[in-house]
Amino acid sequence: MHSLKLTRIVKTFGQVEVLKGVDLEVETGEFVVFVGPSGCGKSTLMRIIAGLETQTSGTVEIGGRNVDATVPARRGIAMVFQSYALYPHLTVAGNMTLALKEDGVPKAEREARVEKAAGLLQLSPLLKRRPAELSGGQRQRVAIGRAIVREPTLFLFDEPLSNLDAALRVATRLEIAKLHRTLGATMIYVTHDQIEAMTLADRIVVLNGGTVQQVGRPIDLYNRPDNLFVAGFIGSPKMNFLTKRFAEEAGAATLGVRPEHLKVDPAGAWAGTVRHAEHLGSDTYLYVVLEDGQEVTVRIPEETPIAVDDAVRLSPLPGRLHRFGADGLALRAA
Amino acid sequence: MSTRAPTQRFRLALVHLALIAYALISVLPVLVVVMNSFKTRRAIFNAPLEPPLPSTASLAGYRTVITQSDFLLYFQNSLVVTIGSLFFVLLFGAMAAFALSEYRFKLNTFLGLFLALGIMVPIRLGTVAILQMMVSAGLVNTLTALVLVYTAQGLPLAVFILSEFMRNVSDDLKNAGRIDGLSEYRIFFVLVLPLVRPALATVAVFTMIPIWNDLWFPLILAPGESTKTVTLGAQIFLGQFVTNWEAVLSALSLAILPILVLYLLFSRQLIRGITAGAVK
Repeated sequence: MHSLKLTRIVKTFGQVEVLKGVDLEVETGEFVVFVGPSGCGKSTLMRIIAGLETQTSGTVEIGGRNVDATVPARRGIAMVFQSYALYPHLTVAGNMTLALKEDGVPKAEREARVEKAAGLLQLSPLLKRRPAELSGGQRQRVAIGRAIVREPTLFLFDEPLSNLDAALRVATRLEIAKLHRTLGATMIYVTHDQIEAMTLADRIVVLNGGTVQQVGRPIDLYNRPDNLFVAGFIGSPKMNFLTKRFAEEAGAATLGVRPEHLKVDPAGAWAGTVRHAEHLGSDTYLYVVLEDGQEVTVRIPEETPIAVDDAVRLSPLPGRLHRFGADGLALRAA
Repeated sequence: MSTRAPTQRFRLALVHLALIAYALISVLPVLVVVMNSFKTRRAIFNAPLEPPLPSTASLAGYRTVITQSDFLLYFQNSLVVTIGSLFFVLLFGAMAAFALSEYRFKLNTFLGLFLALGIMVPIRLGTVAILQMMVSAGLVNTLTALVLVYTAQGLPLAVFILSEFMRNVSDDLKNAGRIDGLSEYRIFFVLVLPLVRPALATVAVFTMIPIWNDLWFPLILAPGESTKTVTLGAQIFLGQFVTNWEAVLSALSLAILPILVLYLLFSRQLIRGITAGAVK
């Protein structure tokens, strides 16, 4: 069964078309991540699903029911916001139960649900506190708890980690992944961070300029990007794109190769000079200028004595080259 | 403190000097009024800048004010008018500001400018028309007339200041409310208003003082004995030939008190600042 079905969603603000016809189906229990650069329409799409924004045309179905004329509170969704958006005048418990009270859920059940969610998120000792007395990570957990108690058909996460510091972000990311496994709920998650997308998603929806660029499993997007945009957006450091001689030899307009798929090889076909080297311990990133002036990044999964201004020869791993046509679409062997 | 560079201390001293001078200039006239209200008439004219001494002290002014006029009623009228107007200005001002800052609709900007226009055009220019309207509506010599006029007078500034503040209230918070099933009214009253409390206090202070001090509209719209406000009431001691100065000064001193209390109430809110912890 589909938890969410979007059909030809278009949204315009005045003259600007922010979403240009988005189709998507999300299966029950799936974790889908919308990813894209800022301004790609991913947040607008989520707000349309939530009902906080009305689409210019197209339909939204949640749990098999058309919700185009349904207010946000009746759509069977719960949302976690980037800025947490906790009610400052209510305690943690009050924050978590407000929606249930509005919904007329009996007190005993409200308390049971809060207790369950609090146990899941280690919030039990904090229930009597107010948001002002909590740390950033605790506030984000309360915001997630507030979503859980509603037992929605669909969870919506709007960049929930971007206000947290790096260490906390990794910890909370794990927690969200664990939560998804425990609850088995359908989740939609918006982020501009491709690492969050890769680590959390069952399926990733890559958006750019208001259109869906590619939908697929993280590893498929990594291995078989449909176009230049997806190829450049997924993976870090980003894929090298070569034109001119290198592309022509491969019979393409642009040749893509990931930094981790280039190897320093004395017998390599590509010659160049190291312009800069970053030593991270586990990896070394070499920035190499090739003979014809094009620059590539090489990722070596170890320490290396290679230094700036050294001449190196590179060879790409076989079968790891991505060929793109002049229109930016991937050329695949028929 | 002692580690501060001498130039910095000198600069600080200058700043303080300027502030102290300004404070003195503002407070001195009030001080003179209050001081002289406790003196005999002869002492007021002989040595107006002298504090009340045992030989010159007198409560004659206050006695006159309390016995010869219905000052308690005037106070009550002033309070009813001021608090009533304040209530409506804050309520309607905040609601209009919320609509202007929250909803996208045609003519939004135009409406905002139109509402702000009242800041630039003094309401007194319309006095004749207002008087005619009040006469036709049968509202002359009622406190309602004053409340209506002052509400209109206070709204433009209120809408202007509050809509700026409301733009800064987190959208996520309002949307969280919507997803949790709160009505727009609950979102406004429960989530947004508490967050703009400092702005409300600012508007309250700026609205309240001109209303309390106003002589113009009470004189024109409600000069009757039963609807006199304090400022108008004090005028009875100002005669064409004889002015009972100690009574005038006493009345004015008394008139400062309630507004002082209100100001202290609001300024606590001003200082308290925006409730922390809603976002970030």
